[in-house]
Amino acid sequence: MLLVVFWSMTGTAVVDPATPPMSPTNIFAPASTPARSIFGLSLFVLAVTGAIFIVVFTLLVYTIAKFRRRNNDDGREPPQVYGSNQVELAWTIIPILIVVALFMATARVIALVQRTSPPGNAIAVTAIGHQFWWEYRYPGLGVVTANELHLPVSDAVHPTPTFIQLLSADTDHSFWIPRLGGKTDLIPNHPNTMWIDPQETGVYLGQCAQYCGTQHAKMLLRVYVQSKGEFDRWIEQQRQPAVVNEAVSQGQQIFETTACVNCHTVSGTVANGRFGPDHTHLMSRDTIAAGSATNTSENLRLWIRNPDAIKPGSLMPAMQLSEQQLDLLTAYLETLR
Amino acid sequence: MSTDAIAMPGTELASRPIVARLHEWVVTVDHKRLGILYIIYALVFLVIAGIEATVIRIQLIRPHNNFVSPQVFNRLFTMHGTTMIFFVAMPVLFGFANYLIPLMIGARDMAFPRLNAFSFWMTAFGGLLLYFSLVGANGLYGAGNAPDVGWFAYAPLTSQTFSVGHSTDFWTLALLVSGFGSIGTAINIVATVLCMRCPGMTLAKMPLFAWLNLVMAGLVILAVSPLTAAQIMLLVDRYLGGHFFDTQAGGSAVIWMHFFWIFGHPEVYVLILPAFAFASEIIPVFSRKPIFGYSVMVGATVAIGFISMSVWAHHMFTVGMGANANTFFVLSTMAIAVPTGIKIFNWLATMWGGKIEFKTPMLFCVAFLFQFLVAGLTGVMLSAAPFDWQLGNSYFVVAHFHYVIVGGILFSLFGAFYYWFPKMSGMMYSETLGKLHFWLFLVGFHLTFDFMHIPGLLGMPRRIYTYEPGRGWDIWNLIVTVGVFFQALGILIFVANLLWSYFRGTVAGHDPWDAWTLEWSTTSPPPVYNFASIPAVKSRRPLWDLKHPNDPDWNYE
Repeated sequence: MLLVVFWSMTGTAVVDPATPPMSPTNIFAPASTPARSIFGLSLFVLAVTGAIFIVVFTLLVYTIAKFRRRNNDDGREPPQVYGSNQVELAWTIIPILIVVALFMATARVIALVQRTSPPGNAIAVTAIGHQFWWEYRYPGLGVVTANELHLPVSDAVHPTPTFIQLLSADTDHSFWIPRLGGKTDLIPNHPNTMWIDPQETGVYLGQCAQYCGTQHAKMLLRVYVQSKGEFDRWIEQQRQPAVVNEAVSQGQQIFETTACVNCHTVSGTVANGRFGPDHTHLMSRDTIAAGSATNTSENLRLWIRNPDAIKPGSLMPAMQLSEQQLDLLTAYLETLR
Repeated sequence: MSTDAIAMPGTELASRPIVARLHEWVVTVDHKRLGILYIIYALVFLVIAGIEATVIRIQLIRPHNNFVSPQVFNRLFTMHGTTMIFFVAMPVLFGFANYLIPLMIGARDMAFPRLNAFSFWMTAFGGLLLYFSLVGANGLYGAGNAPDVGWFAYAPLTSQTFSVGHSTDFWTLALLVSGFGSIGTAINIVATVLCMRCPGMTLAKMPLFAWLNLVMAGLVILAVSPLTAAQIMLLVDRYLGGHFFDTQAGGSAVIWMHFFWIFGHPEVYVLILPAFAFASEIIPVFSRKPIFGYSVMVGATVAIGFISMSVWAHHMFTVGMGANANTFFVLSTMAIAVPTGIKIFNWLATMWGGKIEFKTPMLFCVAFLFQFLVAGLTGVMLSAAPFDWQLGNSYFVVAHFHYVIVGGILFSLFGAFYYWFPKMSGMMYSETLGKLHFWLFLVGFHLTFDFMHIPGLLGMPRRIYTYEPGRGWDIWNLIVTVGVFFQALGILIFVANLLWSYFRGTVAGHDPWDAWTLEWSTTSPPPVYNFASIPAVKSRRPLWDLKHPNDPDWNYE
């Protein structure tokens, strides 16, 4: 049964790699070199284990069907067989050979993925795991953002792989976009790196894959793979300082005189906290609360008023503002494009 | 049925008040009573941890469900995992080892009866300590009660910074205390098997049950000690200013992982070897043939014991160990598939050419064989490190290890319950209820754990209290949850069967299965002293020799 499901998932994936079958996070619909190498290896491993399963399962079914006690049994004991060295040798050596083959194939993919060093035109990103959101820094490009990672597409002619340094600000996390690559953990005091080279534009989903505390479940990942031009425009826009708009100065004043600034940054203002996501270009993001809600003014307002309504147990406190203050503050945040 | 037909240990006390009789159980050092205490204790926790699992599955039945809060959900999976491993699986297997090893090797008790009692009560108090956190940890800090750090409690989530209050302390102390109990019992099993065998029973003539439990006990000593050390280090970190795992002061979160998994992986074999032991006794008797390739089975067991000490970091393929370390652990992990595969083939060969009788114990053992095969093969998939980068920490892993623990260990264990229940109670269970239990549990198991693999392949990580719609996970989670209710019904029938048979069943007699090992030569249940005179054996199947004096085993071994 399982084999049939495996087969249907992988089968469809092979036919049409652009649209993932069954799920946007299907590991059998790779769109990047590491994920694709893993997919190739997994097909080999599935084929070998599937073959073993069929052989042993058939033997088992045959044995219990053939050698069950019959109704007309004479009551005598069957021939007592104690063992056979030839047979034992056979079912020792054959599994050893299978293990050697599996090991070689595996070692090859480990080397391919883990021994790749960044080429000159690679994009460098630092991803920092926080309880319960993602901070992204592009050290070479001077951009800081949160929760939504933007990357250029990497085509065969001009490969632009992305090398991600993985850090943690608090507990363990794990970075996992199934269609782009396997997971790598973010461990405090233990920097890791991984790389991906997404080959089709689109939004790729994933989420934290190492239990990190109360809201581990809503620490979602979104990767936007864009054409080179779109990516450059996005970078250019992210490098701008925050928009200043006199019309919302009251809201800005609320932001800057409450605890908001302890955790959030809006570049060019007094707000320079780092415990929470950078808000300089908040409205350029599709989601808030690490992907748990769409970025609409109702959700934004609700999130400030009562974070537990969206993400119970998140470290964002309820700000205890009046309804009027909430309106003003939301209006201010909505100008941060 | 009249109770005076059975020689219950302490029957002569039956007329004494209940308090006096309970007192007998509390102060007992008899290996049979301690074995039964272990088993009953584990069954109670099985029900508790099963209820926790049911609540977890109800919460996950659909996306964005609000049956429990994330805080409660995190406590539930921590308690479920910790309870099932430390206070269900280990005690129940120790219980069977305790009860059966002296009987199988023709001894009157374990080597150290008092240590035996001490170990049981340590384990028992460990479990109580864990659940006392529900009241005890709730006090000063308002920081919640039961532990919520996951059963492998990765640093630095366990540090004072991220785990305020005392919930983590209860987790640590519970494992520390029960760990001493486990080590005590393990030492006892090793000493008993090595020193207490009856005349004629050389190591090569021991039942496989004794061999497998000997290797299991060796692994417990080697594996539980590092865990105990790590718990002490964690306590030092939390209360004495240590920095072993304190990443904010230069400590290492990865060191905790190594400590935990050098315990955690051998632990899997600590649990599965006794399951092999049950299958290695039950399959021959119901196939009416001796175990095929006894010496190879012993060799494979010892090989599994050795290799299992060098595979722990396959739990850590995603923590960034580097290509060399990953490659080494791929090889060692795949290597363990060879002796394990040999075992499966030998069980098949034992059945081959036999006259298989599908009584309830054998049904469970056949299902065990099939499910352990699948669990082993998904294990091979996970051992290929790059594949594990995708599968690790997803629901695929959850399905894999439940396939091992439920599909392998628990099925074999149910077989053992039905097989030895007549010996332990003197009563025969109801075959009809036993088969009903088997089929319900089989259907429930496959609904739950077959379909649990799929959301993992579709990117669903473990330990999430809820999930987003639109990921293609909904239908699989629904099916998984539905299966749980079949399993729960099966367990109810199992408990009802044992209780009903104990009070209303028919008398089983000494040897209801026409079996071959020494425990079937004494009364059911055995007297306090086990054997009126210590038996002497000449082969691995002393009762076969007795029943077939013209064709004894020692001519062929």
